[in-house]
Amino acid sequence: MNEFIQDLPLFFQSIWQTLVIVLVSLVVSGALGLAIGIALWATRPGHLLENRVAFTVINVLVNIVRPVPFIIFAVAIAPLTVAVMGSYIGVQGAVFAISIGASFAVARIVEQNLVAVDPGVIEAARAMGAGPLRIIFTVLIPEGLGPLILGYTFVYVGLVDMSAQAGAIGGGGLGDFAITYGLGRYNYTIIYITVAVIIVIVQLGQFFGNWLARKALRR
Amino acid sequence: MTDLVRLRAVSKTYATPSGAVTAVEDLSLDVRQGEILGVIGYSGAGKSTLVRLINALEKPTSGTVHVGDDELTVLPEKRLRAIRGEIGMIFQQFNLFRSRTVAGNVAYPLRLAGVGQPERDEKVARLLDFVGLLDKAHSYPEQLSGGQKQRVGIARALATDPKLLLADEATSALDPETTADVLALLKRVNRELGVTIVVITHEMEAIRSIADRVAVMDAGRIIQLGDVYDVFANPGTPAVARFVATVLHDRPSPETLERLRAAHPGRLVTVSVLDQKGFTGLLSRIFAEHRVENQIVFGGISELQERSIGALTYELTGDPGDVEAALAALEGQGIAFTEEGAAA
Repeated sequence: MNEFIQDLPLFFQSIWQTLVIVLVSLVVSGALGLAIGIALWATRPGHLLENRVAFTVINVLVNIVRPVPFIIFAVAIAPLTVAVMGSYIGVQGAVFAISIGASFAVARIVEQNLVAVDPGVIEAARAMGAGPLRIIFTVLIPEGLGPLILGYTFVYVGLVDMSAQAGAIGGGGLGDFAITYGLGRYNYTIIYITVAVIIVIVQLGQFFGNWLARKALRR
Repeated sequence: MTDLVRLRAVSKTYATPSGAVTAVEDLSLDVRQGEILGVIGYSGAGKSTLVRLINALEKPTSGTVHVGDDELTVLPEKRLRAIRGEIGMIFQQFNLFRSRTVAGNVAYPLRLAGVGQPERDEKVARLLDFVGLLDKAHSYPEQLSGGQKQRVGIARALATDPKLLLADEATSALDPETTADVLALLKRVNRELGVTIVVITHEMEAIRSIADRVAVMDAGRIIQLGDVYDVFANPGTPAVARFVATVLHDRPSPETLERLRAAHPGRLVTVSVLDQKGFTGLLSRIFAEHRVENQIVFGGISELQERSIGALTYELTGDPGDVEAALAALEGQGIAFTEEGAAA
């Protein structure tokens, strides 16, 4: 316990780092994944911007990246991370690797939720003379908002997990802290406290996401 | 009367994994300005494709589609969007935006058309008042009944003051009473606002109650087109006759006929009722003149477009020669009848 009190400033710094990694990569992968997911949805046969070639390329890309375990993916793209962020360790490196890796998972989740949007309302908007972009932003996204928010909440929990994995390769944050100071010193107090904090971070995000989705769905 | 929509030799073929499917084949059709044209057919007859060819949601494989002075087949997508904005459409499943209020739904096409806020609000209020849902402006679609949803759909379709309204099975998801309300509203849209309406349906009742003309579709083609009364009175093919029978119930079904034959040994003849004063009296006189005893054993007379329509099945007994002469006299008067055959 004494050791932990001694490490307290570092512990708080780790919490802060985790929050930064998770929230920044949520925004970045959320935006990238939304774009890729919408592209997947729109280029599907029979959809707004039907394009077999584009759909196949994006679909295959998502299928290649998504099943790769994140910790391996992060190592594999380390040269790219260094080229873009200057280093593959620390918060910056973690944010980059997580943002890219999560984009593909987000893309699939976005696509799956959008497929559930009633094609009838898309047709209605087309019949009113709305163009594809207009339909995407004023019909597709608003109509799919509730499930999309739940999807993003699911992603948020996954990002907390990924941020801890990034800790294993020096990514900073609570994962790094638990491994270095907990596992490294066989100090289980530190590990349990870290786990408790991570559970709180996950729960808060989950509650917030559920609340937001309920508002969007008016339930 | 001028034509608002002209389809000429239009075909539409879809490529599917199991081969090409022809939804519409060599179809020509005019929609007259100001009319309600009914298009009836079983599912898969090509009705939905037809209506989507009119607002260019589908491009024909061959043939031409004119709406007003525009030939849709040669126009770029951007121009087609503007044209679609001027054609209203309502749907079987209403297709309201769940994320928007009733007012928001009606306002959407106005936003697309770039109508500014004060004018938009005023227009939305006027349209909701027209369909009788002003008090539901701030409700969401899930809080409405089916009939109310379709009223919102109609208000939304009318937002841009279209000359043409396409109704794709607009009452097929509604119960009979609500169907009647929605059809009455469509009739008001036609009569009060002068909107030309194309009603796609598989329900002859919808055609009977509001259409001026009807096109009967089967396997991608129009097999009969004409004034509703004429088509009902003289169905050209057995397929059309079956549709008519779903509404009029005036001709005996084969099962009924079998029972009638068993109970009535005389000659059974079904006479088409003409819309003229004293029609049944005329029949009685003709039979009496030829000393033929007659008895009505089946039938019905109803009203269509304010004219009488129906059929009466008679059992005729007497000297075979007299019966023959009576039937010849009917023919001479231009009265159509069908022999229902002798007892088996």
